[in-house]
Amino acid sequence: MAVLDSKIPDGPLETKWSNYKSHVKLVNPANKRKLEIIIVGSGLAGSSAAASLAELGYKVKVFCYQDSPRRAHSIAAQGGINAAKNYKNDGDSVFRLFYDTVKGGDFRSREANVYRLAEVSANIIDQCVAQGVPFAREYGGLLDNRSFGGAQVSRTFYARGQTGQQLLLGAYSALSRQIGLGNVTMYNRHEMIEVVTIDGKARGIIARNLVTGKLERHFGHAVVLATGGYGNVFFLSTNAMGCNVTAAWKAHKKGAFFANPCYTQIHPTCVPVSGDYQSKLTLMSESLRNDGRVWVPKKQGDKRAPKDIPEDERDYYLERKYPSFGNLSPRDISSRAAKEVCDEGRGVGKSGLAVYLDFADAIKRLGKEVVEARYGNLFDMYKHITNENPYEVPMRIYPAVHYTMGGLWVDYNLMTTLPGLYALGECNFSDHGANRLGASALMQGLADGYFVLPYTIGDYLSGEIFTKPIPTDHPAFLESEKAAKDRIEKLLAVKGNKTVDDFHKELGKIMWEYCGMSRNAEGLKKAKQLIKQLRAEFWKNVRVTGGNDEFNVDLEKAGRVADFMELGELMVDDALQRNESCGAHFRVEYQEEGEAKRNDAEYAYVSAWEHTAVDSESILHKEPLVFENVHFATRSYK
Amino acid sequence: MKFNLKIWRQKNAQSTGKMVDYAIDNIDADMSFLEMMDILNEQLINKGDEPIAYDHDCREGICGMCSMHINGRPHGPMHGTTTCQLYMRNFTDGETIYIEPFRANAFPVIRDLVVDRGAFDRIIQAGGFVSVNTGQVQDANNIPVNKADADLAMDAAACIGCGACVAACKNSSASLFVSAKVSQLALLPQGQIEAKERVLAMVNQMDEEGFGSCTNTGACEAECPKEISISNIARMNREYYKATLL
Repeated sequence: MAVLDSKIPDGPLETKWSNYKSHVKLVNPANKRKLEIIIVGSGLAGSSAAASLAELGYKVKVFCYQDSPRRAHSIAAQGGINAAKNYKNDGDSVFRLFYDTVKGGDFRSREANVYRLAEVSANIIDQCVAQGVPFAREYGGLLDNRSFGGAQVSRTFYARGQTGQQLLLGAYSALSRQIGLGNVTMYNRHEMIEVVTIDGKARGIIARNLVTGKLERHFGHAVVLATGGYGNVFFLSTNAMGCNVTAAWKAHKKGAFFANPCYTQIHPTCVPVSGDYQSKLTLMSESLRNDGRVWVPKKQGDKRAPKDIPEDERDYYLERKYPSFGNLSPRDISSRAAKEVCDEGRGVGKSGLAVYLDFADAIKRLGKEVVEARYGNLFDMYKHITNENPYEVPMRIYPAVHYTMGGLWVDYNLMTTLPGLYALGECNFSDHGANRLGASALMQGLADGYFVLPYTIGDYLSGEIFTKPIPTDHPAFLESEKAAKDRIEKLLAVKGNKTVDDFHKELGKIMWEYCGMSRNAEGLKKAKQLIKQLRAEFWKNVRVTGGNDEFNVDLEKAGRVADFMELGELMVDDALQRNESCGAHFRVEYQEEGEAKRNDAEYAYVSAWEHTAVDSESILHKEPLVFENVHFATRSYK
Repeated sequence: MKFNLKIWRQKNAQSTGKMVDYAIDNIDADMSFLEMMDILNEQLINKGDEPIAYDHDCREGICGMCSMHINGRPHGPMHGTTTCQLYMRNFTDGETIYIEPFRANAFPVIRDLVVDRGAFDRIIQAGGFVSVNTGQVQDANNIPVNKADADLAMDAAACIGCGACVAACKNSSASLFVSAKVSQLALLPQGQIEAKERVLAMVNQMDEEGFGSCTNTGACEAECPKEISISNIARMNREYYKATLL
């Protein structure tokens, strides 16, 4: 296991990060000007890292596939961002936020990383406020907080239902300032399609200009991936349509290990699928569960209108099974419970794949005005999508893929196993273990970008000050460009009979059925065969229209789906080797009285996969997780 | 439902485009407008034609990537709604729907319905920020903000930068977009220090990019998917006069 060195600093948990910062190697300002950094992705992690590194004096290039860095999918986060400020005087602390995150992650994350995250959380709020992020405030002019996702303290900062948007626009403004100053060069509508390695180090990328189709070679002393999660492997998810795994996957194939790919968060409160044409799913904020009651009919196939089903024929299953947390049970538990009742044939709506979230009691108790003040915008959104009025008819909800805890393996420095290649935000695996808590994704993205990478990258770059920029006609660049070009030509040459979306939908169905909310060995083995067949068929029968030298959305999608198919197989492998249930990973074979059964003796490790070749088995490496400051505990919400 | 679609097709920025007719049938009323476009594209691909290029990403009405002029209106017929949040039930069965790119000199067409809105980024780069480096800040609660001002700042900050205001304006003015950012920062104490330089730089960049002048028709406010108020333009003008006269 020597290959995986997590580089966790020595010393007590509380002082690891401050000691690290005091002793990490520095790069002097004159040398920073000579060092070039490539950042791929412009969401919270990418934008904040780009701005911070450019402020320090590095030469930065940023790439995003959208038409502007402001569009990255961080923008869609609604709820809020956690920080251990203890502004509410309710007993919050860095340790509590750390502990909640480790426990919420079902003891499958790395203590030192999580503690650092909790430690810098307060700085994030300070930074964002200084940028002019309009957080919600109280009448005295100070910042407001709320409790989120069942936390016992109010540590969540928010900006209406648009927290992600406002934080991203803050980071985007900092990035824009650096672009205006000439310290960052921005490449919009560019997609990274290869990592270039020279002498075992990441030295650049090949990017495709999505407008002209031209392949471009870019050098960097270091390459940073902040390219988000891979939820779109399921076809339907709450991710934006363009979210993809391509950059991370190319890095994986060049030597970066992929960690915990099977940990996928399924969010319980999404608007259900309405038909085969469905292209994406919309999340309804979790806060709805504070007042809504979840139920299904007791009888199978009960097609009566909800108002015609009497009280004693309804099953408020979360309240029944988890009396102490009820409708506020954690995301993974609520999602699985919804699937169970639907699998029993008690689901509601046209498809039978939905449960009710009913506000009738809340309206009776609080009055319509109060409910409207709390959830009015969400009710409007729901009505807009479904054409049903949730004040009169219970909402229908169903779980949907939302976030991926797995990602590229990184050490304490956020460096992958490929030297010089870093991964930030959702793109890495590091902080959320097997299950992420609400309002923690925004926190991690900004922590990595503003406060972690600007320190840790110096440790590597201090050793690179004598490396002159490598000309991009170096054979390694030409070779990578050729590989990218060959692959594009191969995709265009198939000229088969099925569209890219046909394949993507089929892959999504396999993943959802066998590697979704609950998994078992038999199903996973079957999924592996099905994915292999599908992938073989893809390369024989996909139809990609148009050419390479133009704006070609079909070609963009084809490349992404090809990578998703390879990733899907690895997710299945990972789910199959993990013979336990933990967090979002639920193996039906491993449960006790209907609840997930973790196996700490054998599985308290990070699985980190090494790529060998497509169609060959990947090699599993294990990073043991050592808990010195918290004790294993079973999550119980009964 | 079935529809006759008249859609702008243009191979690239250099070529001339034209409206092309498409007929589409078996459309579910609960389908979103972009899902209808997806189906049309699948049909085109199956016929061996190239799909229609259009910008879209989050499909939740927040990223600002989707655009399109639909039946002569940016983001289509519904008030306070982006294209991605339109549903086919918002249209009449058998209707003819005209779909064009946003039209403005400062937003050149890249392909079909995709336009280049890079001018907006350059306006922000000119001054749409507070000059504060990472780490050099005080505790967040040391900057109290009156709640009413904070709420107004948030109203302005809700702008998604889609460009509908420009597309709706007969002068192709970007005043609503620019004023939203100027207002957000002018309303907050954090934005005061650079208020003067900011408004001058942003307005100057807006002019450089070739956007027209504001003549107060209010079309921008009427079509804005996030219902950004035109009173922001008044605030921007006030800030501009303060910066030039005082």
